[in-house]
Amino acid sequence: MEVPEQNKRRKEDQVNLLEIKNLHVTVAGCEILKGIDLEVNAGEVHSIMGPNGSGKSTLAQVLARRETFQVTAGEIVFGGKDLLAMKAEEAACEGVFMAFQYPVEIPGIGNTYFLRSALNAIRKYRGQEEMDAMDFLPMFRERLKLLEMDEKLMNRSVNEGFSGGEKKRNEILQMAVLEPKLAILDETDSGLDIDALRIVAKGVNAMRSSDRAVLVVTHYQRLLNHIVPDFVHVLVDGRIVRSGGPELALELEEKGYGWIEGEARPTASVPA
Amino acid sequence: MSTNVNTIRNLAERDYKWGFVTEIEDERVPKGLNEEIIRVISAKKSEPEFMLEWRLKAYRHWVSLEKTQAEPRWANVKYSPIDYQDIVYYSAPKQKPALGSLDELDPEILRTYEKLGIPLAEQKMLAGVAVDAVFDSVSVATTFKEKLAELGVIFCSFSEAVQKHPELVQKYLGSVVPYTDNFFATLNAAVFTDGSFVYVPKDVRCPLELSTYFRINAAETGQFERTLIIADEGASVSYLEGCTAPIRDANQLHAAVVELVALDNAQIKYSTVQNWYPGDKQGRGGIYNFVTKRGKCAGMNSKISWTQVETGSAITWKYPSCILQGDNSVGEFYSVALTNNYQQADTGTKMIHIGKNTSSTIVSKGISAGHGQNTYRGMVKILKGARGARNYTQCDSLLIGDKCGAHTFPYIEVKNSTARMEHEASTSKIGEDQLFYLQQRGLKTEDAVSMIVNGFCKQVFRELPMEFAVEAQKLLGVSLEGSVG
Repeated sequence: MEVPEQNKRRKEDQVNLLEIKNLHVTVAGCEILKGIDLEVNAGEVHSIMGPNGSGKSTLAQVLARRETFQVTAGEIVFGGKDLLAMKAEEAACEGVFMAFQYPVEIPGIGNTYFLRSALNAIRKYRGQEEMDAMDFLPMFRERLKLLEMDEKLMNRSVNEGFSGGEKKRNEILQMAVLEPKLAILDETDSGLDIDALRIVAKGVNAMRSSDRAVLVVTHYQRLLNHIVPDFVHVLVDGRIVRSGGPELALELEEKGYGWIEGEARPTASVPA
Repeated sequence: MSTNVNTIRNLAERDYKWGFVTEIEDERVPKGLNEEIIRVISAKKSEPEFMLEWRLKAYRHWVSLEKTQAEPRWANVKYSPIDYQDIVYYSAPKQKPALGSLDELDPEILRTYEKLGIPLAEQKMLAGVAVDAVFDSVSVATTFKEKLAELGVIFCSFSEAVQKHPELVQKYLGSVVPYTDNFFATLNAAVFTDGSFVYVPKDVRCPLELSTYFRINAAETGQFERTLIIADEGASVSYLEGCTAPIRDANQLHAAVVELVALDNAQIKYSTVQNWYPGDKQGRGGIYNFVTKRGKCAGMNSKISWTQVETGSAITWKYPSCILQGDNSVGEFYSVALTNNYQQADTGTKMIHIGKNTSSTIVSKGISAGHGQNTYRGMVKILKGARGARNYTQCDSLLIGDKCGAHTFPYIEVKNSTARMEHEASTSKIGEDQLFYLQQRGLKTEDAVSMIVNGFCKQVFRELPMEFAVEAQKLLGVSLEGSVG
């Protein structure tokens, strides 16, 4: 971790939102994350880049508290609370949102109904009053406009019959409605054409604010032209091997991951 | 992974909340079945001669069936042999059931129905549902009778129909399900004690949803009700039945028969929300729900539509069917059957196409959880003369956990080459990915499961009358307690 580099870019008054310390994660006995350290402040956009199989999606899903992953060491503090003690729905209610790489279809459940149920579950958790359809709709329509989505699409079942691009836009729409504190984009750019990419980026950028952080997980620099990150971290073989500013993404694009993987290898023998 | 499984298990193991017993004196005949018992039942109900004769013919036929061990064994369900001599065939609340008004009803029974949320009191007119309530063997109250009578609609207990409209009963009783039909239907014909009767006259659209609520209360009794609905030419009616029973260790037999007759241009919509006591988590106790339901589209352009939500009973054996005799007649079957813990269901439909241009639709949704075994069994038969017949069948199974089973036995028999048949089937599992997706959006596991299941059943729920659809959704949530994995 190049902490001094990070600190240079940070403003004094920013609030620490997420702190990952020495995170080790295994799936089916195989260690995927081998000691991740990462600090994310409110207001920042971080990008996690790395080659296939480096553990990017695992990191995203552990943050979203998917139970298939076993955390063997380390800790994650989110908003001052122990994230690893939370179940997926608690993490969601505390403000963690993940845009899925492969959004799931729920036959028979309308999009609008689903999203309002989710919003109300979160509001209830926070002790807020549930939102009725009359209050929900105007806000919802505004977000639909932001994502340039047809309201008719919302009468369909969740993600059913959606094109790949529509599904990804739907993820960002959900994010815009649920207004999380930490938004994780898990390879949202994969399978998107240029127009859809621009729309998705517009949606994410509209949500950038001083009390929200965004974690963009991606293979390619392409998305980062539209969502410009404050920090870029390169994940190789379960470790963050380099951190820097947006220029790091450009460098990677030019030189490929092989350039950094070479540097990663010597440290791979350090015991966890 | 385990938290999900546990939460779902807890959810599925919520208790049956309709399991209370009402303390009330009852009047019953001794256990066992013989001609004497049948004469007693018939006498208690002051039945005309033709009824007693019909019952006795049925009884004698049943005895011959029992001798030849003709109790159906082909269903995909397992249970120990039933001792038919160990059942009480008639039990009635000890009070004269012929009541002038609801005020005369035993307040304990009224309280029971209140607990169950049945709008028995006429004040609840706004609910727009006319209810006939059958408590053990006897129909105890029928609401809205007078209002319906103004239109010529007859909605009363079967016993009353036998007294007041014997010509209709004699004409139609057994015309769709003859007493020789099958072992359980024959038993029912011999011993049935009450049920509902509906007659909708020519060109009348029944303005209310008609509803019957069945409740088994007394121990060691069987419930054998019989329902007969006739929609005369151009008439239409929507009918709903619901059922509950107390929690008991022993199994109780429920062998009902429902007959529907739709004449020219008539329509009958029959909906069931079945929530008999399903037995405990180890599979002890519960109702054996062995029911014969059949409708005859006797007239041209007639339509019969069955919708069932089956969440209760230890064993369900039930095939609401349509005989499409009139030209252009339409038969529909929409079903949700859920089996949790050790419940078993073998259910489906038969669509018999006889008339020209007849069409049928079958949508079956089976949900299995726990150790539940769920079987769809359906037959579509196109007879020689049924030119231009059409059938669409969709048969979906949803598995929750890895100890349950889903089975499908579709039979198709086509004897006319102009028939068009479609069959679609799917089996899926509530995936960890679906659950995680909903949880990641903030929904609790049980709400997520219930949302997925309700989505799965939507095609069927939308066929139910509005208020019952809501009820069915809630019921499904409760019945699923503790089931995903």
